[in-house]
Amino acid sequence: MRRLLLLAPPWLWLLLFVAAPVLILLAIGLAEPAEGVPPFLPPIGWEAGHPVWQGSGASLATLTEDDWYALAFLRSLRVAGMSAGLCLLLAYPMALGIARARPSRRLPLLLLVLLPFWTGFLPRVGAWIGLLRDGGWVNGVLMGLGLVQEPVPLLYSDAALLIGMVHAYLPFAVLPLTAALLRLDPALEEAAADLGASPFTVFRTVTFPLSLPGAAAGFLLVFIPAAGEFVIPSLLGPPEAQLVGRVLWDEFFQNRDWPLASALAVALLVALILPIRLFQRLEAKP
Amino acid sequence: MRRWGLAFGLGFLWAPILLLVAYAFSADRIPFQWGGFSLRWFAALAENERMLEAAWLSLRIAAGSATLAVLLGGLAGWALSRLGPFRGRALFGTLAGAPLVLPEVVTGLSLLLLFVALQGVLGWPANRGALTVLLAHATVGMAYVAVVVQARLAGFDRSLEEAAADLGASPFTVFRTITLPLIAPALAAGWLLAFTLSLDDVVVASFVSGPAGTTLPMLVFSALRMGVTPEVNALAAVILAVVGLLVGLAGLILQRSRRNLPGAG
Repeated sequence: MRRLLLLAPPWLWLLLFVAAPVLILLAIGLAEPAEGVPPFLPPIGWEAGHPVWQGSGASLATLTEDDWYALAFLRSLRVAGMSAGLCLLLAYPMALGIARARPSRRLPLLLLVLLPFWTGFLPRVGAWIGLLRDGGWVNGVLMGLGLVQEPVPLLYSDAALLIGMVHAYLPFAVLPLTAALLRLDPALEEAAADLGASPFTVFRTVTFPLSLPGAAAGFLLVFIPAAGEFVIPSLLGPPEAQLVGRVLWDEFFQNRDWPLASALAVALLVALILPIRLFQRLEAKP
Repeated sequence: MRRWGLAFGLGFLWAPILLLVAYAFSADRIPFQWGGFSLRWFAALAENERMLEAAWLSLRIAAGSATLAVLLGGLAGWALSRLGPFRGRALFGTLAGAPLVLPEVVTGLSLLLLFVALQGVLGWPANRGALTVLLAHATVGMAYVAVVVQARLAGFDRSLEEAAADLGASPFTVFRTITLPLIAPALAAGWLLAFTLSLDDVVVASFVSGPAGTTLPMLVFSALRMGVTPEVNALAAVILAVVGLLVGLAGLILQRSRRNLPGAG
């Protein structure tokens, strides 16, 4: 009885604010757009005491017929994949450095990686706007080194978009990698070294393969939010970088096409189910 | 090699942040350009009514949603790690973890559709604004708190609670004297996490808010769309100082609690 009393609040909350919204999203994806507030006709209406179907698959059909949306999806998946890959490249040596540091230094080093995550997402993106513009620091450094003669247009480019993504999500890749490397039994590496393996061979045959689950978790932890990211592409990316998050946002806020935005959200969910399931599997067996 | 890799990564993470803070004290109107030391942008910030109003609203929403998130997420995390099998446990776990993996635009849009549907059926919430943002943020924060509490409960031995019960403590006394002190650091950390997530969120808030509920991130985002301004830099420096203080405080609390609880991991 008492158990039920304690379970009821989170159960009700989750059903109302997590389960119901997703179901409504599915329903509105099948609704017919209409003039009015809210700007759609519910897919199921009442007529003379009977429920009648008045929805349509028009929004879902638009997604498959108009190349614009398929391209936005491909672009998003590519940007998310590249962001996650770059994050891993940067995170791997960082995780190794933390895992091999003296135990008393590990926590401070981890805090240094995590603290930027707590300093606010928008200010960090804002900092890149200031640094990447034509008269900004990055161009100053490039010109100072004699690498370029005049400012390179960096801001509002794909490079700026990727830099912003990596900067925002890097801590997500470092954490699971560090955890995987710390779990690794040092005796395995010592054994390989004792048997005559060079440090590189030890890394290639022991350390690296054993860190792969952590690397996969880190990749997915960046990939999943990056695929639907809205803020970074719209603040740092080029105007033509129409990623799914941005297209959905514009359909909703500018075109006021709620059914199409909902259909896009459902499609994004479907596209992410596989990576999400994979991630949950990795998390379930540490 | 490893050291260089770590140094490079940390430099990449920190350089923009440190530059931003340094240039917040520059008198120049162009951001990231040095024009002599000045506090003028902090003064301008202190006089910006819209910004202050939005900041106050955001702080209230963050505190309220974090508190709700700790209550609900604490219960959810406790249920998932201590209740054993119960009816619908798999669904419960999936729903509790869903906000962690759902893209922000999906969370925002689906919650907005829920609020619109509720308004149509029940007439509540009558309009969207601070309350709807608070409910949305509590839902997301709850998922994070549940994970933190679950991890903490998994880290220590059940036998502590069983011993107390064997010695005649009522379930409520066991909870108050054993479980609660053990998960208190996780609850504090979870509250802080939910608080900063709420203070940082622009996407979900933009969807579920109304004309009367412009939060600080929404305001900063629309400012950044025009390009960065020195005032935004000053604001970031203030946020950084506050967050640094809070995180330092949390670290101290965690360290203390670890020392006071031998055997608790």
